[in-house]
Amino acid sequence: MSNSKLTRRGLIKTGAVAGAAGLTLPTYLRADAHAGYLNAPQGDTVTLGFNVPQSGPYADEGADELRAYELAVEHLNGGGDGGMMNTFTSKALQGNGILGKKVEYVTGDTQTKSDAARASAKSMIEKDGAVMITGGSSSGVAVAVQALCQEAGVIFMAGLTHSNDTTGKDRRANGFRHFFNSYMSGAALAPVLKNAYGSDRKAYHLTADYNWGYTTEEAVKSSTEAMGWETVAAVKTPLTQTDFSSYIAPVLQSGADTLVLNHYGGNMVNSLTNAVQFGLRDKQVNGKDFQIIVPLYSRLMAKGAGANVKGIFGSTNWHWSLTDEGSKAFVQSFGTKYGFPPSQAAHTCYVQALLYADACERAGTFNPCGVVEALEGFEFDGMGNGKTLYRADDHQCFKDVLVVKGKENPTSEFDLLEIVEVTPVEQVTYAPDHPQFAGGSLGTCNPGA
Amino acid sequence: MGLNKKDFTLLIIVAILCVFAPFILNPFPEGSAMAQFNAGYPDLMQRLVIFGIFAIGFNILFGLTGYLSFGHAAFLGVGSYAAIWMMKLLTMNVIPAIIISVLVAGLFSLLVGWISLRRSGIYFSILTLAFAQMSYSLAYSVLTPITGGETGLQPKVNDPRILDGALAAGETPRANLFGLQMNQSYEMAVGNWVFTFNAGYYLAAIVMLIAFYISIRIFRSPFGMMLRAVKSNQQRLNYTGLNAKPYTLAAFVISGMYAGLAGGLLVAMDTQVGAERMFWTASGEVVLMTILGGAGTLIGPVLGAGFIKYMENIVSKINKSILEQWFAFMPDGIEDLLITLVYPFIGKGWHLTLGILFMLVVIFLPGGLVEGGQRVGRLFKRKKPADDKPDGKTTPAE
Repeated sequence: MSNSKLTRRGLIKTGAVAGAAGLTLPTYLRADAHAGYLNAPQGDTVTLGFNVPQSGPYADEGADELRAYELAVEHLNGGGDGGMMNTFTSKALQGNGILGKKVEYVTGDTQTKSDAARASAKSMIEKDGAVMITGGSSSGVAVAVQALCQEAGVIFMAGLTHSNDTTGKDRRANGFRHFFNSYMSGAALAPVLKNAYGSDRKAYHLTADYNWGYTTEEAVKSSTEAMGWETVAAVKTPLTQTDFSSYIAPVLQSGADTLVLNHYGGNMVNSLTNAVQFGLRDKQVNGKDFQIIVPLYSRLMAKGAGANVKGIFGSTNWHWSLTDEGSKAFVQSFGTKYGFPPSQAAHTCYVQALLYADACERAGTFNPCGVVEALEGFEFDGMGNGKTLYRADDHQCFKDVLVVKGKENPTSEFDLLEIVEVTPVEQVTYAPDHPQFAGGSLGTCNPGA
Repeated sequence: MGLNKKDFTLLIIVAILCVFAPFILNPFPEGSAMAQFNAGYPDLMQRLVIFGIFAIGFNILFGLTGYLSFGHAAFLGVGSYAAIWMMKLLTMNVIPAIIISVLVAGLFSLLVGWISLRRSGIYFSILTLAFAQMSYSLAYSVLTPITGGETGLQPKVNDPRILDGALAAGETPRANLFGLQMNQSYEMAVGNWVFTFNAGYYLAAIVMLIAFYISIRIFRSPFGMMLRAVKSNQQRLNYTGLNAKPYTLAAFVISGMYAGLAGGLLVAMDTQVGAERMFWTASGEVVLMTILGGAGTLIGPVLGAGFIKYMENIVSKINKSILEQWFAFMPDGIEDLLITLVYPFIGKGWHLTLGILFMLVVIFLPGGLVEGGQRVGRLFKRKKPADDKPDGKTTPAE
């Protein structure tokens, strides 16, 4: 893909010609010792791998992620208006690529399947010589690709992945996550819910039957129970379910007055629509108005659920209506290029690309171990989430979390959510060995050589 | 070896192709515009032969008995889970993992086959599909403690691995064959070309050759003849007083074991398992591979598997900026037009391209790619009529 001849392989070839007078020279791929790490960029370009879902259930998110990456590459190479590079507190990036090397990229389709995602990431590493892989729109894929990058010896910058496991039991030294997680959603929502709905509610959970659902249910349950709510029941729903009526009907008989939908994507669109159609929100239980909560919101989901999201609380990593300088700059340059505001998936991917580039600049090398060192404990601002810390213990970003609710009077198809509160980072911070994250260890960084 | 001359030649050809795959799959020099189409990197070469094994096994059931199993990915998945557990608990050496994956898949296929083979035709297909989807759902959610659910399983630093010594600090567990790491490669540079020889690939290729040899023997054996009899007319077989069930069940278990072997090898090459491996689309894929290559032929399924994996990994990675590079020499208007025309068929559109090619093959070459090769071959030696060929290499078994 890289159209330059001066790739990692190019150097090997040059060495081979020189060393063996045009014959062959054995070289071990794993001992690519010229630079001390795998896929060291040769010549004046560096190749990054953008591995996003282009088909399958999260193709919309994937398309938006790819747009964000293309924008980030443009900015890194000095094109466009520079976007968040102007507001970013670290000024290491010059707009001349990374470490003076022009940024090139390869793309792949994860299909939202861990096998396909790994195959695609492997081809980027083995064939295209990518020195960093980023992207993805589900935790299963993020965990699988993160483990692969650890084994192979390149950096993985996670895209949209919300499950606790990514930086919990499946954390890896070569992997980094900017996106928030289930625990943070629960911790951020709880105080807002307490203010809005009181502290003696009875909650009923419907949970998508897979890892992300479990961690989200656990997080919301423990945060709400801590403030006095009671969990009446938690029911698992199959991931492939499209009609949730049979799950909604028992909710009213259970005596619960709040329904928590631990669903994402199409699941959430369908379950919320069913719940609203059943008239749950017009009911009175225990003398209180019945309420519905969606722990993880995204604009694309809100769009799918249409008018049903009005007034429903949830959390999100970032929203384009934020008015800090970083967000405004990003929305501005994304909007100029593509004609509509970016989603939170686009935001996190754009930020991850910039953070990686910045870490390389500050480390002065593309060596994964140098990058890990530069990112660990890195504090920054101006990327749309306020003051942010990349914690060294688990490679998770700690920043404010947005609590949003469905807007009553949306003015456009993008203006569906309004920010209710920005929960400060202190409230969503947890210990690295918190029970919901226990069982993992980072290991040590692997430069692949 | 117990092979006739023709089969022996075929086996040798396949062996030569396997040995020289790193050259054959990397025909374009590095850095050239065509390097995009090179497939000679370890991961894809491994997948080509592993899915070849999967398709060879599937063909023993579908090609010989005509029973269309729509749930074969379940055996692949079960084999993979067995293998990864072996690696987590016992040792990172791939031998126990591969052996156990074959055994576990064999047992599971015995169970599924014993139930599903009570019916034939579409009912059999639906039963196997149901089993596979059941396995997928269980692995994805209910069995999360065993299968890792959505996030799958990978070896971790703190797994027990009772046969292996403790890892050195900072080491990650790697799949190996008595110390030879599966991802170890040797690169050979010749002029502008770089050829990669990967340890894992050659292990998989050797296993594939053995699997291919066994499949030839099965095709040529009296047992294979019985399976063909089942396909051509099961009723007549029953009237002659033969019970077909043990034969079909044996074929089902053998092909399940092949699938398990492929699953075990997948884990050996790339140490991770996800439940999607058992999804019905994965079962459908092996059917496509077999039909595309030529069901009932020996070499067909391998060709089909290679074709589909190549499309998936190469075409899906072509993106718009690459198209722009290709057509950059043309005038702007024509360049844009060409990009607009080609764009839907590349990148995420690779499914569309594959679908069209599949339709073309099924409509114009009902015997699959093998029939295509046959027709080309006939062009060059017109004088020989085609009907002198016994079945096997070239003719689908009817």
